[in-house]
Amino acid sequence: MPYSYIDDIAIADIAFRAEGTSLEEVFRSSWDATLNVLVEKPEKISLNKTKTIALGAARIDMLLFSFLNELVYFKDAEQLLLRVDHLNIHDSDGNPSLNAVLKGEKLDRRKHVFGTDVKAVTLHMLSIKKTAEGWEATVVLDV
Amino acid sequence: MCACFIFIPAYEILHSPYNIRSKFLKDSFFTILLSVNLLLLEAAFFPIMLLRRGTYKTMEISRKLNRISPTVWEIPVDYKKGMRVPARIFATEKLLQSMDEGVFDQITNVARMPGIVGPALCMPDGHWGYGFPIGGVAAFDPENGVISPGGIGFDVNCGMRLIRTNLTYAQIKPHIKNLVDRLFARVPAGVGNTGFVRASRDDFRELIEQGAPWCVKNGYATAEDLELTEENGYFKGADSAKISEKAVERGYKQVGTLGSGNHYLEIQIAKQENIFDTEIARTYGITIPDQVVLMVHCGSRGFGHQVATDYLGTFLSVMEKKYHIPLTDRELACAPFRSKEGQDYFAAMKCAVNMSFVNRQVILHRIREVFSDYFKKSPEDLGIHQIYDIAHNTAKLEMHEIDGKIREVLIHRKGATRAFAPGMEGIPVQYSQAGQPVIIGGSMETGSSLCAGVETGKQALFTTAHGSGRTMSRRQAKKIYNGKTLARDMLERGIYVRTSSFSGLAEEGGKAYKNIDDVVEATERAGISKRVARLIPVGNIKG
Repeated sequence: MPYSYIDDIAIADIAFRAEGTSLEEVFRSSWDATLNVLVEKPEKISLNKTKTIALGAARIDMLLFSFLNELVYFKDAEQLLLRVDHLNIHDSDGNPSLNAVLKGEKLDRRKHVFGTDVKAVTLHMLSIKKTAEGWEATVVLDV
Repeated sequence: MCACFIFIPAYEILHSPYNIRSKFLKDSFFTILLSVNLLLLEAAFFPIMLLRRGTYKTMEISRKLNRISPTVWEIPVDYKKGMRVPARIFATEKLLQSMDEGVFDQITNVARMPGIVGPALCMPDGHWGYGFPIGGVAAFDPENGVISPGGIGFDVNCGMRLIRTNLTYAQIKPHIKNLVDRLFARVPAGVGNTGFVRASRDDFRELIEQGAPWCVKNGYATAEDLELTEENGYFKGADSAKISEKAVERGYKQVGTLGSGNHYLEIQIAKQENIFDTEIARTYGITIPDQVVLMVHCGSRGFGHQVATDYLGTFLSVMEKKYHIPLTDRELACAPFRSKEGQDYFAAMKCAVNMSFVNRQVILHRIREVFSDYFKKSPEDLGIHQIYDIAHNTAKLEMHEIDGKIREVLIHRKGATRAFAPGMEGIPVQYSQAGQPVIIGGSMETGSSLCAGVETGKQALFTTAHGSGRTMSRRQAKKIYNGKTLARDMLERGIYVRTSSFSGLAEEGGKAYKNIDDVVEATERAGISKRVARLIPVGNIKG
């Protein structure tokens, strides 16, 4: 499982740990973990809407922070549930950045079974670190 | 009992009339049995060991706590390096023991912030948060102090509104299901919902600057509604130019939405036997036995969250580099209040405050419409009037007595409610003798409390608790509760609930929250507010 939810660090909210063999993979896992809080069976989201984003940050954890906040933003601003279709992360020169293509569909109460609304990605205990297997991220969501 | 698992089988085996060939089997069996029983023993005691470890940690901080009174505890300045002031926790011993370690760590971090005046405070419902603990309160010198989104919360002006009617429980009991169903249909709640107020981006920029007065101009409010709202429903000085486009995009379609999680719209009853102060209750408009009231708990939605996220990023970029303020916790990022960044955030925060007041006001308007349509009477004939609306995530300039002097301070309240005493400026004139109403929300199964500000609240900057606080994580709650079963159980107990997420409903089960009565009793014993009425839920809509 590329992510797991952690019970003991966010009693009023939701925390998860995500893994990946590459930065792209751990970012995707983190996105999926966040989406899975919002909606059951995110794999059933149709991919008929496309959004392209380009982000940069001073550090890789802040890039993850900005990336996940895009999911929250599109959910509220355009009522879109989006999955990550393509993702490229550049982190070789000390200024991490990413380009991503997100695909999904409009929120549909007749089709989607909602879980808990994610209102924000927090900086609390936010971390992304290299491990023997690749990368591991810890994120706490304000719900 | 566990001893029996070891000794009785052991005795039987040792004294059994087996021959020598089976002794090896017997010995192996005994070894396995003993191991299993030892494991059972360890399993039985493990929770006690955990409890002891947890208790030990709390006892560790307890040893450093100075007991000022049975309900006021102080962490001295030498507890943590860099503390400028002590930290004070208002709680009974029972609530103090149940507080997680994060409370003590976070409130002592607050005590280290530049320009803090007076102790850093924590209310009886305190629990771990982002930056400040939930229930955290701190006053800062406006000239050399800081402002921090972590001291206000992501959900800026999350707050409570209490509304009275002239209906009794007996009158509405046959209609609760229909009323709740209609409210559920007419007040959007849940993930990604858009509001029933069709505001353009320009309308939105206008309403976030004006706050509740915008509602009067646009037919959603009466002048009385504003008089009975904290700060008359708006913070002066809101500037939409300090708001990002992203925040506007997240917010302009959400005016008139309830949200989700622990937000709700409840129909409640003020049963006669639950009135603790009849005189104050009457002043607040609770005059009829088993009177029907409604409570709304919601905030500034995605808009407030985006404002907080935007400025957290801004402050992180300037806090150390520009203002040389050491960063200990990113969620406690701050800037000098009088700096450009500080003032920009203050003006933006006020926009979020105003949006939340508008949100709760338009929901009141929708409640009036639903009840009026259903009962075929005007809202006036149904006696639908606001009792009060309070904010529990804000920062504002107020006059307080600090170290014997009355001075202006910037007071951050995060998960804490202003509770002005009788006679204080800023509360409605009709409540001047009674004190400011305080609305403290409990779980959807147990109900809430109406309280009043008191003179002894001075010790806590006239602030009190806001809710009951969680006892378990959302995932743990979902292991105990099934949403649909919970809804059925609640119906059997006389509470009809409609929700857009049964998974979300399970997370809000009663056992997931502390006992509201313990919290309210603690506020009364501590002298920071007093009980007026206990309100029992009978109908509920949740997102």
